[in-house]
Amino acid sequence: MFDFSIITSWVHGLLTSWMPEGLAIFLECVIVGVCLLLMYAVIAIVMIFMERKVCAAFQCRLGPMRVGPWGTVQVFCDVIKMLTKEIITIRHSDRFLYNLAPYVVILASVLAFACLPVSRGLEILDFNVGVFFLMAASSIGVVGILLAGWSSNNKYSLIGAMRSGAQMISYELSIGLSILTIVVLTDTMQFSEIVERQADGWFIFKGHIPALIAFVIYLIAGNAEVNRGPFDLPEAESELTAGYHTEYSGMHFGLFYVAEFVNLFIISGVAATIFLGGWMPLHIPGWEGFNTAMDYIPGFVWFFAKAFFVVWLLMWIKWTFPRLRIDQILTLEWKYLVPIGLVNLLLMVIVVVFKLHF
Amino acid sequence: MYFTLLVVVILTAIALVAVALGIARAISPRSYNPQKGEAYECGIPTRGRSWMQFKVGYYLFAILFLMFDVETVFLFSWAVVVQDLGTYGLVSILFFLVVLILGLAYAWRKGALEWK
Repeated sequence: MFDFSIITSWVHGLLTSWMPEGLAIFLECVIVGVCLLLMYAVIAIVMIFMERKVCAAFQCRLGPMRVGPWGTVQVFCDVIKMLTKEIITIRHSDRFLYNLAPYVVILASVLAFACLPVSRGLEILDFNVGVFFLMAASSIGVVGILLAGWSSNNKYSLIGAMRSGAQMISYELSIGLSILTIVVLTDTMQFSEIVERQADGWFIFKGHIPALIAFVIYLIAGNAEVNRGPFDLPEAESELTAGYHTEYSGMHFGLFYVAEFVNLFIISGVAATIFLGGWMPLHIPGWEGFNTAMDYIPGFVWFFAKAFFVVWLLMWIKWTFPRLRIDQILTLEWKYLVPIGLVNLLLMVIVVVFKLHF
Repeated sequence: MYFTLLVVVILTAIALVAVALGIARAISPRSYNPQKGEAYECGIPTRGRSWMQFKVGYYLFAILFLMFDVETVFLFSWAVVVQDLGTYGLVSILFFLVVLILGLAYAWRKGALEWK
């Protein structure tokens, strides 16, 4: 497996050879920032295009076809359209909070995005409390959504934001419990370490039944956490116009839209990392030739393949099920997922303590 | 090192929003119309303010969330050492979880989980 830290240390050596240490580190920070920004934008564009095509496929349509081959340039055109739209601030809104809300939403999503390990040595924030940091960072997003709904001074926005707040804080518990199940199995919270432990089998196989239940709970809760699929009440377009971002126009709205799609990718990326082995290739014990062949596929290909597979699963769910009511959503979380999650956690502890896992 | 990177990521996020909004403000057209400043509530003129007393039907869920979220903080620190603790860790967390589940059961029994 190729180690990307070779490249980063080569760049560091190259820069320090002809400029002072401090300047080199500053330049590296700028490079990291630019790479992160590009990556974020590319993922957002790919996700939006994929959403349209997958949605079209599930509805027996073709989706965007006119602009570019198979409509591939459509999303770029939309970006330009959004940039050239006027940004309107309504008269009675709270200006400061209204302008602050997109910053908070994007900040939460970029912080969580920077945690994902793409390949060996290719991650930005690799804390030893990585999983915990990711949960903490991504939950800032709720504040942004509540701010957006409250500051707009619009009843629909307010109702949408309040629903969203209730839904997101509730489902955060289930996400926490299912991630906790895997932390019990690995005894580490560092993402790179979690991936390294899956060299001899992904956790969804290694932790057998409890890991499988945790994966399903994670998918349901993750879908609800990003306000999509059957859980898209906060912006139920037939009831609340557009929910918390009704009063945002042009690029202001575009930022919320981008954050929503990248959050979906983050949820899928975390699912791929902690359950499906991240950038670890598929290894089957005993099949030496097969394992060697799999090792030749680079790590980031594995990561993106798994992450986009989970994205596709979530899109399938979104375009198949009808929307739930708010009381059904909260019942599902508090009366089913939380108790099941707690019991599942105990089950996993029993599996780990009595060494029943593979 | 990690702190530097954290600051870099935060600055990147702020720069992303600032640049996107800056470009949009620079190239987008601007026209004045008093109708644009109104709140959009499906075309009907808005009545009164939206910053009023609002029935937050789920403040009980927020309180329960607080309880369970603090519990998650405890559980994470326990989860990383549970393999070393063995049966002792299992039994000690069992008490903690039983108390928590009793709390949830109490809230359930009292009807706090119903949408009213």
